[in-house]
Amino acid sequence: MAREIGDVILDLQNISLRFGGVKALTDISFDVREHEIRAIIGPNGAGKSSMLNVINGVYHPQEGTIVFRGQERREMEPHMAASQGIARTFQNIALFKGMTVLDNIMTGRNLMMKTNFLHHAMFWGPAQREEIEHRKKVEEVIDFLEIQNIRKTPVGRLPYGLQKRVELARALAAEPSLLLLDEPMAGMNVEEKQDMCRFVLDVNDQFGTTIVLIEHDMGVVMDISDRVVVLDYGKKIGDGPPDEVKNDPKVIEAYLGTSH
Amino acid sequence: MLYREAGQFKASYMQDQQIFPIRQDQIGFWAMIAFFFLVVPVIANQYWLQAILIPVLIFSLAALGLNILTGYCGQLSLGSAAFMAVGAFATYNFMLRVDGIPFIAALLLGGLCAAAVGILFGLPSLRIKGFYLAVATLAAQFFIVWVLVKFGWFSNYSTSGVITAQAVTIFGYTFTTPESKYLLTLSIVVVLALLAKNMVRSSTGRKWMAVRDMDVAAEVIGIRLMHTKLQAFAISSFYCGVAGALYAYMYLGTVEPEGFNLDLSFRILFMIIIGGVASILGSFIGAAFIVLLPVFLNIMMHSAIGAFVPANVAANLELIIFGALIIFFLIVEPHGLARLWQLTKEKLRIWPFPH
Repeated sequence: MAREIGDVILDLQNISLRFGGVKALTDISFDVREHEIRAIIGPNGAGKSSMLNVINGVYHPQEGTIVFRGQERREMEPHMAASQGIARTFQNIALFKGMTVLDNIMTGRNLMMKTNFLHHAMFWGPAQREEIEHRKKVEEVIDFLEIQNIRKTPVGRLPYGLQKRVELARALAAEPSLLLLDEPMAGMNVEEKQDMCRFVLDVNDQFGTTIVLIEHDMGVVMDISDRVVVLDYGKKIGDGPPDEVKNDPKVIEAYLGTSH
Repeated sequence: MLYREAGQFKASYMQDQQIFPIRQDQIGFWAMIAFFFLVVPVIANQYWLQAILIPVLIFSLAALGLNILTGYCGQLSLGSAAFMAVGAFATYNFMLRVDGIPFIAALLLGGLCAAAVGILFGLPSLRIKGFYLAVATLAAQFFIVWVLVKFGWFSNYSTSGVITAQAVTIFGYTFTTPESKYLLTLSIVVVLALLAKNMVRSSTGRKWMAVRDMDVAAEVIGIRLMHTKLQAFAISSFYCGVAGALYAYMYLGTVEPEGFNLDLSFRILFMIIIGGVASILGSFIGAAFIVLLPVFLNIMMHSAIGAFVPANVAANLELIIFGALIIFFLIVEPHGLARLWQLTKEKLRIWPFPH
């Protein structure tokens, strides 16, 4: 492969997250290297989505530190994570239902837009120039994900698989350096999964985007990821390359199932 | 066949992002503008201008304001009439206390005062949503009316807080005739409606709709919820404030705080629900529907059954039919009359052919 795995860009140290008495995450540490595809796997309720929510600031862990691109922080607001270059998709599609595909993806670029509402009210001039400039970038994303034919369709009318793809497009429009994908292939048929795998690999390969991915389809995870973290009941039970993890007895017991 | 975009190719993004991308819409828009600016003042009589067209325009503006907040940004509000009151009383005080201030300046300052009050009463929206927010905005409704009655300064110590609008003069011309008032109101409303249309089709509007549709996802892609919601409150209240000032200066002439009561807030809310939530056109259609329908019903009643039933029964029948029609339209199209128009246009693309 052309890409080269670089240095650590995201380092999570001793993260613990509690909701009242419920321990969602306990003392979890792992790192993500630049340009790699890092998978997080684990049974339902293991804390995978919570982990992503911690990374992009939706949840604030009680303990531990997060170092992203050399900046250390524990608490931050989601929009700050976004402005640092972290984008994500959601497990249950979180598109803006009343808007068209194009508007959804354009919204993904909102942080790069500098004009304010007064410009927008006048429209002609700076607002229009900016709109066109960003439209060009958005069209590149649309071409990349092959959704040209639906760009003016309200997302609520699209089938599930395409909605997932539009959500990926919205995240990509922000030109993130770190992309968090929460079950991008859940509920898809085999062909849709193949398409999505191809897109994830292409994003990683062409843009060099670092990807952290939660996925239940073991075939997919083992095929596309460079390293895998395994969570169970909020604890880390495995970490390493796919082959190593696949053969780890603890992982097999917790997740892949044992033959007794 | 009538409404086809076939053959209208867009060769650049600029063309694709026009305010009316389809030629038929452009023609329709300019035809409407020409009709309302040139034809209506000639053919309409004083009653129509003063009692029907001016209030329809003013309510359209207020509905537009509420639509920005509720329709586009998803924040339910029951305080629109209060923000109208702020606009009316602020404009009155600017006219009264600042010597030689132009009316348009006083109007805009009145709108800005309403925007400031809107931000203040929008603060609860940072913590509460939906019906609970609507209840919180009720506080604005009651509190503002109370303040305007309680403190005589706002109405220049007139009894029971009634204010009488000063004469409106722009560039030496005094607006006294219904025609001139109608044209001034129409101009202001058209300009503000175009500005609103521009806002909702650009990044500002996308942020509002993002917050409305999925606030967590909006935050994750970098939209600051607080900023966006308060901005919607401010702009919405600005529109309501200007509408309130026009209500006092162009329509009624004298207003009192009690005139801007909860009833009026509900009427404006009904306008956007019937006209179409998150639609600029819908604000106009809704306002026209709510203002015009009772008038039509009244005329119909008088001419059709006026001879057979007593006047008080006819009056009650009007209300019953009015209510029934609202329910009927909501059942036919829950997304409002603007949506009905949208569907009609889609049908017209292929009409009269089946495919």
